[in-house]
Amino acid sequence: MKCDRCNKPAVVHEVTVKDGVKTEMHLCEEHASAKGIALPDETPINQLLTQFVICKENRPARSRRIRCQTCGTAFASFRRSGLLGCSDCYGAFEEHLGPMIERAQNGGTSHAGKCPRRGGATIDQQLHIQRLFKELEDAVASEEYEKAAQLRDRLRDLNPDPTESAPPPAAG
Amino acid sequence: MEGHFNEPWLDASAPHGEVVLSCRARLARNIAGFPFVNHATAAQRKELLRVARQVLLGGGLSSGMIWVDLGRATEHDRRLLVERHLISKNLADSDIDRAVAISGDESLSVMVNEEDHLRIQILAAGLQLESIHERLNEIDDHVEGKVDYAFSRRWGYLTACPTNVGTGIRFSVMMHLPALKITNEIDRVRRAAKDLHLAVRGYYGEGSESAGDFYQISNQVTLGRSEEELLGELKDKILPRIIEYEQQARRVLVERNETLLDDRTQRALGILRSARLLGAEEAMKLLSRVRLAIALGRLPEIDPRVVNQLFLQVQPAHLQFQAERPLSAEQLRVTRATIVRKAFA
Ligand SMILES: [Zn+2]
Ligand SMILES: [Zn+2]
Repeated sequence: MKCDRCNKPAVVHEVTVKDGVKTEMHLCEEHASAKGIALPDETPINQLLTQFVICKENRPARSRRIRCQTCGTAFASFRRSGLLGCSDCYGAFEEHLGPMIERAQNGGTSHAGKCPRRGGATIDQQLHIQRLFKELEDAVASEEYEKAAQLRDRLRDLNPDPTESAPPPAAG
Repeated sequence: MEGHFNEPWLDASAPHGEVVLSCRARLARNIAGFPFVNHATAAQRKELLRVARQVLLGGGLSSGMIWVDLGRATEHDRRLLVERHLISKNLADSDIDRAVAISGDESLSVMVNEEDHLRIQILAAGLQLESIHERLNEIDDHVEGKVDYAFSRRWGYLTACPTNVGTGIRFSVMMHLPALKITNEIDRVRRAAKDLHLAVRGYYGEGSESAGDFYQISNQVTLGRSEEELLGELKDKILPRIIEYEQQARRVLVERNETLLDDRTQRALGILRSARLLGAEEAMKLLSRVRLAIALGRLPEIDPRVVNQLFLQVQPAHLQFQAERPLSAEQLRVTRATIVRKAFA
C-alpha cells in the first residue's frame, strides 16, 4: 500500500469510522511525522501496536454486528442475555462493553483487587498474546485495518505499557 | 442427601446474632481456555465437571467434602440444597451437567457450571465477614494452584456477566429487621442501600420479598475496588449503621409499645404452639416475631438456635426430608404445624 500523499510505502494506517462511514488514511513515514503522528519504534510488537492510529469510533449502528472471533457470540446476543460467551468477548466488545461496565460498576473501570499469584495465568496470557499477535500480523498483511485496530487495542490492553514488556517469542 | 444436618451458620451466639442471621462471601471464577458455561458444549461442561471434581475433592480444601451431581440428584434433593442456601435456584433448575461440592459442615460450597464455571461460597453465622473472606481467599488460592483462572489485567477475574467482573466477589449479609419493618423504616434502608449500590433481596433471593423480615444485603460493585475496600465499606460503614438503626427501632418498640410487642409475641407463640395447619409464609412471619422477642430478652425460656433452625425446617423440602416421603400441599401444612408445635412444646 502506498502513501496517500506520495508514492512511498505507507507505514501508518488510520481508519476512522464515524456514523457508519469509514474513512481510511495511509501515510509514509515522512507524511505521518508531518501530521504529528508518532512513528513506531524498533521492536516488532510495538511497531504493530503503534502502526495504527485509530480515532475514537462512534458507530452505534454497527455494534450489533460485532462478533467475538473466539466464540462467535454476537454483541446483540450479549445485549439480550446479559452473558458473554468467553473471556475474549471482553476484548472483542470492549468499545461498547467498557462504558456499560463502568455504569454498572458505579464508575469502576479497571481491576483493583486480587491477582492470580501463580505463573499459570501469566503463561496462559502469554499464549493469548502470541495468538493475538499472529492474528494482528495476518490482518496487517491482508490489509484488514479495522480488524487490526481491534486486535491492536486488545494487545495494548494486555500490555498496558508496551515499552516495558518484551516482544512475545516468535510463534512456531 | 443422607444423615442429619449440620448448621454451624445458624449459631445464634455469633457476632451480632440478634440482628444478623448469617453472612456469606462468594467468588465467581472461570477456568481459562474454556468458553463460559452458557457457551460451552456439552463435552466442555463435562470436562469442567471432571476438572472441578478433581480439584475440589482432591484434598486440602476442607474436611469431608462431598460431591453432588445435580443432574442425577432428585428434584427433592435439589430443593433441599436451595433451601439450605448451598446452591442457587438457577443451578437447581438448570438442565445442563452441573454439580456442587460441599464441605462436611456445609460452610463451604462450590457450584460448578452455574453462570460461571465456579461459584465458591463460604457461609457463617452472624456477622463474620472478615474471617469468611480470609477463608474464601485461602480456598481460592488452593484452587488457583491447580487450575488457571480466566483473568485479565484490566478487567480482573473474567465472568460470564460483566456485573461480576473484577474481584468476582459478593459479600452478603442476611439481616433480621423486624423492628424496622414494624415502624415502616425499612424503605429508608432500601433507599439508602440503593444509593450505596447495594442490593437488597429477601430470604431466598430475588422475589422472596422479606419473608420472615429477613433482608439480604450485598455489594453490587465488583470492579475498581479491592476485596478489602468492598469488605471494609460494608463491615465498617454500612452494616453497623443498619444494625444500630434496627436496635434503635427495637428499643423504641419496647419503650413506647411494650404491651403491643408482647401481645404480638404471645399471639404468635399461641398459634405456633397450637396450630394444626401452618403455611410456610405464616410460619416465617410468626417465627420472626418470636425471634425478635428473644433478641429483646423477653422469652428467656426459648433457645434462639431452635428458632433459627425452624426458619429452615418449615421449608417444603426440609419437611419432606423429615417425613422421608413426598408430601401433598395439605400434608406439608400438617407436618409444618406438627414440627413447630413440638419445637415450642
Ligand atoms: Zn508520503
Ligand atoms: Zn467470546
